[in-house]
Amino acid sequence: MRELLERRALVSGVGISKTGRRLGRSGLELALDAAMTAIADAGLTVEDIDGIATMGEAPPDDVKNSLGARLAWMAPFGGQGAGGHLRYVVQAIMAVATGLCRHVLVYRSVSMLSGEFRDGATGDAAWHIPFHEYSAASMVAMHARRHMHDYGTTREQLGAIAVTSRRHAALNEQAALREPITLDEYLSARWIAEPFGLLDCDIPIDGAVALIVSAADHEPDCPNVPVRFEALACGTHGKMSWDQRVEFTSMGQDDSARQLWSRTDLKPADVDVVEIYDGFTYLALNWLENLGFCKRGEGGPFVEGGIRISLGGELPMNTYGGQLSAGRLHGYWLLYEAILQLQGRAGARQVDGAEVAIAAAGGGPNTGCLLLTR
Amino acid sequence: MNEREEPRVLPEITDLNRDFWTSGRDGELRILRCKACRVWCHPPRPMCPECHGRDLSYETTSGKGTIYSYVINHHPWRPGLREPYVISLVELDDQRHLRLTTNIVGCRPEAVFIGMRVAVRFVAQGDFFVPLFIPDDGLRPA
Repeated sequence: MRELLERRALVSGVGISKTGRRLGRSGLELALDAAMTAIADAGLTVEDIDGIATMGEAPPDDVKNSLGARLAWMAPFGGQGAGGHLRYVVQAIMAVATGLCRHVLVYRSVSMLSGEFRDGATGDAAWHIPFHEYSAASMVAMHARRHMHDYGTTREQLGAIAVTSRRHAALNEQAALREPITLDEYLSARWIAEPFGLLDCDIPIDGAVALIVSAADHEPDCPNVPVRFEALACGTHGKMSWDQRVEFTSMGQDDSARQLWSRTDLKPADVDVVEIYDGFTYLALNWLENLGFCKRGEGGPFVEGGIRISLGGELPMNTYGGQLSAGRLHGYWLLYEAILQLQGRAGARQVDGAEVAIAAAGGGPNTGCLLLTR
Repeated sequence: MNEREEPRVLPEITDLNRDFWTSGRDGELRILRCKACRVWCHPPRPMCPECHGRDLSYETTSGKGTIYSYVINHHPWRPGLREPYVISLVELDDQRHLRLTTNIVGCRPEAVFIGMRVAVRFVAQGDFFVPLFIPDDGLRPA
């Protein structure tokens, strides 16, 4: 296989801030906490950081100025689009692979973004908001409903994802919600956007995650186990739209997954642990199908009962508790956990001998994923 | 009639979207269509994604379709809305995969199902005629 750009980069360090409900600290402070931790974890100092790539929300200008970093490059800032939340990791890899940068700081900070309606009817939202569709909850539930119709997927099967994530969260001291839930509690939670109830939706928190993407030849100087990028995916073939994709239920995850597997000789059977975006339960189920862990339409039976996706199961998923229970850091906590798992640093929730992990984020047209190895 | 009376947040009118949002006074739903290859294009764009034709204009659709998927929204995302209400993806009869996000009105939310036949029904707001859909008793075309 040709030399891929992602093989010229690795993750040298990671950091996470305090996480939780209404921490009373600004996103910038949290971003700086995570950044300084990640820089130290990589065995570096601020002087070594020569690039920043971020989805925000703490603006990269503010982080750069606070750090006093001298940069060769800053990634274009803002939004999701093709590559989804993880597009900023892809940009960092590209900056390192081209030689423009040597150590890029990537971060995501969040300050309790609620589902409250704030924006006007502009861009693609202009085709949703006039019909009182204000939330991704509804747009994802629309896909889940069709999946139920086409394949017989049930609420109980989606519930297995929520129940399992909560069980995993009990092993994560930083998780926002750690009390176990039963399937009955999931089923009886109030409706949000039917077929989604409250426990199909993730929990907003404050927090930040940072990682350092370094040139592959930094490996001998990494104090911790370096994590490699076996393959990346950020492509999009279908329409950049929440309601116009011809292959509706599979979302852009289909395009991402195909690209991922086209860039590696590894197969789904080689994967030891998956950390997958679960802003809503259905997104995780759909990622499992698209990534090839089961056939199209068989995601429901695959997750049913939760055994297969639990720690100790065939394919442990969202071992940190997911966004459903640990909290919503928009794809970056799941990436952080995938890295910890490969480094053997996941503590009570460590998957024994984890060597290959997937970090997959996003839904609708905004999707991207990474295949990581130790 | 489960009509929503609260003002909808509507987009800015442009040359490209004007007929979609404002031409429904006569009860006809109009969608942009490529004059060269006859493909319907929604949302409207200045270029046909199928043949790259640049000559597109609004044409009258059948105004009928089938519910492709739907959500019953219960959460009060904005004050003043009457939950629950139905948000739906309707596939128009005029072309496969030609879909609109819209609301289903004129029936109880529990009565809605995938495959349900629906017909356009406009609700006026200022200069806008917003296309919603109601259950259609007519026969499905061949």
